Amino acid sequence: MAEILTLLWGGFLVAFQPLNLMLIIFGCTVGLFIGAMPGLGSVNGVAILLPLTFLVPPTGAIIFLAAIYYGAMYGGAISSIMLGIPGASTAVATTFDGRPLAKQGLADKALTAAAVASFVGGTISVVLFTFFAPPLAHVALFFGAPEEFSLMMLAFATFVGLGGDDIAKTLFSICVGLVLSAVGLDIISGEPRLVFGDIPGFMRGINFLVLAIGIYGIGEMLWTVEENYKAGGKSMLSKAVVTVSRTVKNLKELLGMWKTMLMGSFLGYFVGILPAAGATPGSLMSYGIAKQIAPDPDKFGKGAVEGVIAPEAANNAASTGSMLPMLTLGIPGSPTTAILLGGMVIWGLEPGPLLFTQNADFVWGLIASLYAANLFAVIINVAFIPVFIWVLKMPFTLLAPIIFLLCLIGGYAPTQSMHDVWLMILFGIVGYLLRKLEYPLAPAVLAIVLGPLAEPALRQSLLISNGSFEIFFTRAYSAPIMISALILLALPLLKLLARQMKRKRSQA
Amino acid sequence: MRKAELTMAIVMGIFSLYLMWKSTELEIGWIQGEGPGGGAWPFWLATVMLISCIFIIVNWVRKASPPSRSAEVFMDRGTLIAVGLVAGSLIVTVALFYVIGVYGALPLFMIFYVRFLGRHTWPVTAAMATITPVATFFFFDIALKITLPKGLPIVEETIFYPLYKIFL
Repeated sequence: MAEILTLLWGGFLVAFQPLNLMLIIFGCTVGLFIGAMPGLGSVNGVAILLPLTFLVPPTGAIIFLAAIYYGAMYGGAISSIMLGIPGASTAVATTFDGRPLAKQGLADKALTAAAVASFVGGTISVVLFTFFAPPLAHVALFFGAPEEFSLMMLAFATFVGLGGDDIAKTLFSICVGLVLSAVGLDIISGEPRLVFGDIPGFMRGINFLVLAIGIYGIGEMLWTVEENYKAGGKSMLSKAVVTVSRTVKNLKELLGMWKTMLMGSFLGYFVGILPAAGATPGSLMSYGIAKQIAPDPDKFGKGAVEGVIAPEAANNAASTGSMLPMLTLGIPGSPTTAILLGGMVIWGLEPGPLLFTQNADFVWGLIASLYAANLFAVIINVAFIPVFIWVLKMPFTLLAPIIFLLCLIGGYAPTQSMHDVWLMILFGIVGYLLRKLEYPLAPAVLAIVLGPLAEPALRQSLLISNGSFEIFFTRAYSAPIMISALILLALPLLKLLARQMKRKRSQA
Repeated sequence: MRKAELTMAIVMGIFSLYLMWKSTELEIGWIQGEGPGGGAWPFWLATVMLISCIFIIVNWVRKASPPSRSAEVFMDRGTLIAVGLVAGSLIVTVALFYVIGVYGALPLFMIFYVRFLGRHTWPVTAAMATITPVATFFFFDIALKITLPKGLPIVEETIFYPLYKIFL
């Protein structure tokens, strides 16, 4: 313990060197804005600015990138709440309640809740990271393909079991997302698969952003156009005011939700350290559990503050957690950490258990900078809330074309192909029609993110077991996860049976 | 609404069948030494999609889902025009990317949306039509180095090459 604290103190001395401190503040601000752009997330920020870091020493470089990563995690919530478009896959769950809150004129409350929850999640996970890094790295080693697949199943089962939407439509939505994620080259044999109409654009597969921006950007905006038309052209995206007294009141209310924050933080951290799981399933599971433990679960999806807190605490905690396998095992837990890993290799740092002893300055400097990055990110974020609220006060007919513009560019930017822009518009229109018929669309977006992870995990597991599904039930870590998933899947059916039994009894 | 619910379920059911058929282009069974074939995963998922669609239709017959009970019109004339105009203008804008590029199409889209759909004044329209492309150009093309489509080569050569020379 004392040894860790000494090392941490040394780390703080590194992090608070003037150059590094500047890098943290600059990184957080840049990250916040990149994260707030629909279609641009921490991956884009880190990837675009990686070359800049060759100008500073490796410790400064990773501190800068980690600050961008952190800033972007805070920023992702902003576009989820304000525009209803998740800035990145990790912020998908934040839209579920963040958007309704903004529509009710409580955008400031949602933004404050997101910032505070992110700060709590981030800080708790850094503390956990500081003290439990080496032993947890050891557990993560036992996670193989069957455990990964079980974890994915659990993520999908949460939707079916706890979603509360039409089961058939939820299932349909999940499967559409998974099938769309299978388009492109088969990961194992390399053969082209589901290349519709032999259009070469499909060979690259369908980027999740194309579906996410299509559904949440174009589709949501068409929906708003309809509502605006029905309201006689008077509706606004959101009306909200920010005053100091309102902010103080919001903060006081948040204090009462410490349980949800703690739950989200711990869950997010543990999911985050699992290789290949990361922040997206973490935030989703956290949302599902928060809904279940809440006294009034019916409020979820209609503007429950807990519905913003839970995923935001979890995704920030997970982003710290996902650095753990990267540093200790060299396995990135998320696409962003994969780029960070690439950077470390370029700077001549070999990730692995030895990093902690051979480059202690670097590791502890990074850990200390995470504490600092969290603090600055929350301050910068709260300071900018009035600016974001001001943007929302623009009339809809001025804001709408700007959002459409951001959608078009957001769809184009990741692959720079017009094919994706067309596909995005198609998804937007179909998504709008499906939404009118009450098909839940969030499961499809999550499925297209998790699909490329779930499929190889399933195929590798079956290859290990020679085709037997028993493998998911006989391994120590996989069995409990898979069984919980199956229980969740069966939950709606059990509820239905119970209701029918009750009806029969009351008739008799 | 009732008609739309059924139509959508049938269309999506047919789409599922198409996906199942398309998946069989790859092996959907077990390949010795390689595990499940490349088509197995999408094939079985498409099967679940088809089953879900059948259940949606069953629920429609039993009037168990809210849209299958609703007597509301799925889309009245006014909504269709309002949403259609916006969706249509987006499609036209993207099509224009090929000819006059993002920076040619964007001001036109802004003029159409702000002036004709939003009924704002001409000064507001003019401001939107000039500020958005300029801000977009400096943020994406110059700062982030994401080159947006410039349309036909002649547009790029005459207008953008001099700009690149100055700013890049």
